Amino acid sequence: MAQFRLPKNSKIKPGKTYSSADGANNKKTFRVYRWDPDSGENPRIDSYEIDLDKCGPMVLDALIYIKNEIDPTLAFRRSCREGICGSCAMNVAGTNTLACINDIADVKGDVKVYPLPHLEVSKDLIPDLEHFYAQYASIKPWIQTHTPPPPDSERLQSKQERNALDGLYECILCACCSTACPSYWWNSDRYLGPAILLQAYRWIVDSRDENTGERLDDLEDPFKLYRCHTIMNCTNTCPKNLNPAKSIAEIKKLLVARTM
Amino acid sequence: MSLQTPLAKARGLGSAKQGTHHWWQQRLTAIALTPLSLWFIYSQLIIGSVDHASVTRWMSDTMNAVLLILFIVSLFHHAQLGIQVVIEDYIDSGWQKMSSIILIKFIALFAGLASVIAILKVFLGL
Repeated sequence: MAQFRLPKNSKIKPGKTYSSADGANNKKTFRVYRWDPDSGENPRIDSYEIDLDKCGPMVLDALIYIKNEIDPTLAFRRSCREGICGSCAMNVAGTNTLACINDIADVKGDVKVYPLPHLEVSKDLIPDLEHFYAQYASIKPWIQTHTPPPPDSERLQSKQERNALDGLYECILCACCSTACPSYWWNSDRYLGPAILLQAYRWIVDSRDENTGERLDDLEDPFKLYRCHTIMNCTNTCPKNLNPAKSIAEIKKLLVARTM
Repeated sequence: MSLQTPLAKARGLGSAKQGTHHWWQQRLTAIALTPLSLWFIYSQLIIGSVDHASVTRWMSDTMNAVLLILFIVSLFHHAQLGIQVVIEDYIDSGWQKMSSIILIKFIALFAGLASVIAILKVFLGL
């Protein structure tokens, strides 16, 4: 059966409380998921009270402030701090998002920060994305052609054909959508999930690609594709405001269209 | 422990090259069930008394019998397709999954066929 309860060693315990905001007017408490694989202890929630006047406006700024000024043991991924690398994907205030473009001011009350749901945790806010990346590799996310490229130019696309990639090429593979999807929680071993299906669709609609049929063949599967039950959490949560659910629907429509 | 590569795990047994038929059948039966359910509810409201005589009179009308059979067949087909999806979602691979799917298909077939034969018996006055 699908597992609905956390295993015993994953039950979250209350953790430590740190305050570095004595006398500050602009205080905010961050309640952050902590788990250290080396300690053998259960995960815990540590609370950090910080002075917002001393750190930048985004949740990532607060995490960096905590790591630099309060608790250097806090582990999280980050790189570009402008919403284009996807490293700092995490669950903030109950929604998967990129910490770097998530405004602290938009969160009412304490800011709860957890790793992306339903992935193995490597440490603190760092989930293990190995399987997610392997699923991405499995859809062959590169152009496949049989016609040799023109000798003196690129493979051309009309403006219209190029427009078909809008809303798809912007995906940064942060995994917010896939890990927001209950179907992906229960069946991620076989279901590709919204992010990978959006990427698969990106190559299906690329006018330069010549393996559209093979790509559809590879997706036509009760688990790889059809675990999508249009729950729409993916579209709801996408920090880039993309619509993975629509891409999946388009793939399903193409699979029907080629039978009649 | 497994030393399989992540890609080998992700690729798994490959594509089943099916699923579209199942998905399409579910949509088709849903489309069919929309007017059929409305018709069924409407006809139960206007049938008046629900004694044996008036129900058999209603079912011996050809159009009523045809629509009723369509309703029953679509309903059971749609139900077993849907329950199969729920089973696949929540029961991991293993004998429980296979046997639940077989069971639900057999029950739907049996109940559907029994209902159709019952309707025909009344329609033909047997």
